[in-house]
Amino acid sequence: MAMNQQGRPTRPNENAATGGYADTISGSRGLDQAEPLIFERGRTDLTGVDFPELKGTKTRLGGLERKSEIGLPGLSEPEAMRHYVRLSRKNYAIDLGIYPLGSCTMKHNPRLNEKMARLPGFGDVHPLQPQSTVQGALELIGELAHWLMTLTNTPCVAMSPKAGAHGELCGMMAIRAALDARGETGRRRVLVPESAHGTNPATAVQCGFYCDEIPANADGRVDMEAFKAKLGDDVAGIMLTNPNTCGLFERDIKEIADLIHEAGGYFYCDGANFNAIVGRVRPGDLGIDAMHINLHKTFSTPHGGGGPGSGPTVFSEALAPFAPVPYVVKKGETWHMVEHEAEARADGAEPFGRMVAFHGQMGMFTRALSYMMSHGSDGLRQVAEDSVLNANYVLARLKHVMTPAFEGTCMHEALFDDRFLKDTGVTTLDFAKAMIDEGYHPMTMYFPLVVHGAMLIEPTETESKSGLDRFCDVLEGLAEAAKSGDTARFVSAPVHAPVKRLDETRAARNPVLVWQESEDQPQAAE
Amino acid sequence: MRYLPLTPEDRTEMLGVIGVSSVDALFADVPQAARLDGPVDLPRRATELEVERAFAAMAKKNIAASDTAFFVGAGAYKHHIPASVDHLIQRSEFLTAYTPYQPEISQGTLQTLFEFQTQVARLTGMDIANASMYDGSTACAEAVLMAARVTKRSRAVLSGNLHPHYAEATRTLARYMNIDVAAEAPVPGGLDDVISQIDEETACVVVQNPDVFGGIHDLRPIAEAAHAKGALLIAVFTEIVSLGLIESPGAMGADIVVGEGQSIGVGLQFGGPYVGLFACRNDKSFIRNMPGRLAGETIDADGRRGYVLTLSTREQHIRRDRATSNICTNSGLMALAFTIHMTLLGEKGLKHLAALNHERAVELADALSAVPGVTVETGAFFNEFTVKLPKNAAEVTESLIAKGVLAGVPASRLWPDGGLDDRLIIAATETNTDADIALFASALKEVL
Repeated sequence: MAMNQQGRPTRPNENAATGGYADTISGSRGLDQAEPLIFERGRTDLTGVDFPELKGTKTRLGGLERKSEIGLPGLSEPEAMRHYVRLSRKNYAIDLGIYPLGSCTMKHNPRLNEKMARLPGFGDVHPLQPQSTVQGALELIGELAHWLMTLTNTPCVAMSPKAGAHGELCGMMAIRAALDARGETGRRRVLVPESAHGTNPATAVQCGFYCDEIPANADGRVDMEAFKAKLGDDVAGIMLTNPNTCGLFERDIKEIADLIHEAGGYFYCDGANFNAIVGRVRPGDLGIDAMHINLHKTFSTPHGGGGPGSGPTVFSEALAPFAPVPYVVKKGETWHMVEHEAEARADGAEPFGRMVAFHGQMGMFTRALSYMMSHGSDGLRQVAEDSVLNANYVLARLKHVMTPAFEGTCMHEALFDDRFLKDTGVTTLDFAKAMIDEGYHPMTMYFPLVVHGAMLIEPTETESKSGLDRFCDVLEGLAEAAKSGDTARFVSAPVHAPVKRLDETRAARNPVLVWQESEDQPQAAE
Repeated sequence: MRYLPLTPEDRTEMLGVIGVSSVDALFADVPQAARLDGPVDLPRRATELEVERAFAAMAKKNIAASDTAFFVGAGAYKHHIPASVDHLIQRSEFLTAYTPYQPEISQGTLQTLFEFQTQVARLTGMDIANASMYDGSTACAEAVLMAARVTKRSRAVLSGNLHPHYAEATRTLARYMNIDVAAEAPVPGGLDDVISQIDEETACVVVQNPDVFGGIHDLRPIAEAAHAKGALLIAVFTEIVSLGLIESPGAMGADIVVGEGQSIGVGLQFGGPYVGLFACRNDKSFIRNMPGRLAGETIDADGRRGYVLTLSTREQHIRRDRATSNICTNSGLMALAFTIHMTLLGEKGLKHLAALNHERAVELADALSAVPGVTVETGAFFNEFTVKLPKNAAEVTESLIAKGVLAGVPASRLWPDGGLDDRLIIAATETNTDADIALFASALKEVL
């Protein structure tokens, strides 16, 4: 396949650079203003930043001065402001409306948390300042760790993982290190339910394990007979999401924990859905050995277009010694960060290593702790209850027109499949795109994989009843429209978004990943 | 509860619609023994004012970089960020958006990522770049794994002048992947001999430039030696501003360039969130093997240009246990901050900023050289250099705190057993005034 990875702007039609609405001269449409790339409007001799004059001090660059131009356009401050404000208007966001992406937990982001993270004592301190000058920052990490350990009833937490998947890696590396310390080199098989996030198997492989899938039963939970049949002395452990990705609590979780421990393996719990049980269930009481906590999900740090996340990982007594450096300890009245493996080993620990430079996502720590303190122990319990109540309300409101994937109540997300669209000519994707025209961000589609045409709706606890009623009214209307043969509104959707349906296949077949001015493209290697 | 909109009446009404008598009924699947009857042992809810007071009390126990003469670097740098950057990233539509899975209503995020990728590729002198990594150290570790996949070899040679945190993160990530990571010893003021370590089993050589001691080097001989043996050169940087002034790693023969983008648009934040940059050559096997997200250009149903996340067939949600990495996120908001700041700077501004940084560092080096007993070890440098002191550097650093100077990073903080107790790594940026530099020199004279 001939690939053109670099690419120029394809300028698919004459007005493409300005957005290209055929019915306007500018390419804009009212407040929806077309916006070219900075590379098409900026100039390399323009800057939006004022600096003092150089003094002309003699350089010490050893003859390594840059000789070529970089090719970076600049914009004055007002131009840059407009450019990015215009672009921002082409984004959906939780502050605009419900963002019901199942498994992603998009809830309100309180601005108090932003304010706390920007206090100079937290936002403007360097990770390698003398520890005596960052006692408050270390105290904050220690305090957050205390909240996380209390909420999960575990004795240890590694704070440094930078995202949920990074936390998974932290947990699985500790399991691998613990097995190695026991001399169990034959235990390399990890049991992973087929409903697991794709990160779970990918993580296991990065720790030198291989995956063995456990099927789901008709209930949407781990098939216990299949699970028991897979236990053996080559099993390193199980990676289980609870509540699981079908939005259900694994009823047999304690039995699963007991059986995996009896078999000599460890229990990794994917904590992506901690939101549903925070304050009501402590994962440590369920027998888990490791679980990451997505601070950005449960404790509401903003996702900012995909990240940053933060994935502290709690450990049981059995895995605690293997937690990575760095970690914070309190010695008398002084906070101390243990930064080196040698120091940890002198304390009797056996850290599996260091996952990342510095101490993790401090900016997310401040936001999460601010959120936790705002809710308190009583409010966090209410968080779980309202998130579960809201999901079940959506399930109850829509089960007559859409098809729930499983019987009964759900936890904090409601899972539907595409049976209600059968013979309508409307796909899950079409249905999702029609939601965009109605002003709603679609739900998670096609996940979990165990359900055909899955639609996973997670309202979260920060949605009001009236907001959910409007949302359900719209989905009800769309479901009825699909069933009544009104396919036109689906196949062409979205028509009211900044762009119409985008050709994702074309992007993958002919990858254009950076902008280039030239019409003549170097052909990529075959 | 100010963040929870449901009223008691709402809850009762909703339970009625669901057809259960209480919320407890919705938790029926939770084993009885695992249910908490009462609240956990943590404080009850706090008002906004109470939270602010608690945070202010903790924040006051720290010395902020802006409140002192500040020369700490070694992987994170104090730079001035234009006010408009923080304003723009706090716009709801950027701050509270998620991964752009629905591209038609995520063009703001996607177009800025496309701009970011282009800026990073041009800065590093590479063909393509991804939509960011967690930070520089994880980008470095992932680059080594990628090099092993591309070359189908299992040995990585790490320069001793690579930031030790980066080397440790790389060793940790590679440990269970059967990749042998060999690290040289650090050489303040010089560069270790990585070339002699390259053999037919070597997947990649990892060299930092400017290195962790601040020294800058010509990477061309290392690139040639690596390529002659079929190995890749991974060039690492922790100070992106340096690329405004010194030759790009791409122009010096690097195959993969990774590093930390924190200096542009992202504050110090005690270590994170930062923004990892990842760029490489345009080669089919590279693209298939690179980790992380990619934004790509395409067209919509009307033939108009638009952007989507693309090449996801490399990723965990499609390939699961055969994915190129387990990463399923990027530093979206930090990448946005980087892009906005870089757009404000432009080529002209970045070059001026880089020159200003270098000038401040040269002036600081001269001022410190004049202090009896102090030797500047780094010959060629950008905005960071290493000095040899007649005393223990960690003790000197501690005693300078009271004099209003955060002096730099003692090498012993990075290598506790490295025999480098008398070395201090010092960074200067555009934020350092003449008065800061004079204060540092005079205070150092007093404590030595």
